Amino acid sequence: MAEVEAPKLPSGVRKKLMFVNRKAPHGTIYALEALEVVLISAAFEQEVCLAFLDDGVFQLVKGQNTQAIGTKNFAPTYRALGDYEITRLYVERESLAERGLATADLMPIVHEDPDDADEEKPSIQVVGRAEMATLMAEQDVLLSF
Amino acid sequence: MKFGIVVNEGPYTHQASDSALQFARAALAKGHEIVRVFFYNDGVNNGTRLTVPPQDDRNLQKSWSELAAKHGLDLVVCIAAAQRRGVLDAGEAKRHGKDADNIAPGFRISGLGQLVEAAILADRMVTFGD
Repeated sequence: MAEVEAPKLPSGVRKKLMFVNRKAPHGTIYALEALEVVLISAAFEQEVCLAFLDDGVFQLVKGQNTQAIGTKNFAPTYRALGDYEITRLYVERESLAERGLATADLMPIVHEDPDDADEEKPSIQVVGRAEMATLMAEQDVLLSF
Repeated sequence: MKFGIVVNEGPYTHQASDSALQFARAALAKGHEIVRVFFYNDGVNNGTRLTVPPQDDRNLQKSWSELAAKHGLDLVVCIAAAQRRGVLDAGEAKRHGKDADNIAPGFRISGLGQLVEAAILADRMVTFGD
């Protein structure tokens, strides 16, 4: 992971950042390097969320094992996002269905809700394509990988 | 308007770097400001000075370096992505015991925080990639 630099920004700037994940993991580096930016972004105290669509939904499939292909299995890192206060992972329903996937095929990812006695809440929200478009329109910044 | 630009693909194989360069020139010509150009993924390969494209082809690295010199652009190559792919400045080369560096003029190597910071400072972030 890259070194975290001290953010030098005007105080009080709080933007809505969405990281859009469109590629399957392991075949290319996009998913891993997107995740590296996501982790760094947590240091900037912005409103960060993630979107998974197209082949990007494969990034969250449970039971990934990269041993046979000799690459790093970074899938467990998604489960740590809650510790970085990144608690919203939007997964597009149509992208799942088009690939024969269901919500039950995704790894459980939870975060502690400080507004509810730190109770564990699911971070993954499956949303329809139209709702995904609305969510994207609400963002200040989209970074697409 | 303040633009931030992200280049996520290397030169020549993909059009991303060409398109980003043309966008940057057009934006500057219209009087807009470019807060930073951030090179990530294989985009870091735009920042090596050791490319030697054929003489009848465009030279992307040189074009970026010249645009940076002319307009004072901040061209930042992601350190983590650059180290994976062998793009080093003198300091990094020394730190990792490598016998050479290859960063092009006008480019600097820094962390991913520079990408997030650009996204916060810019009015619009424009990504060039696949």
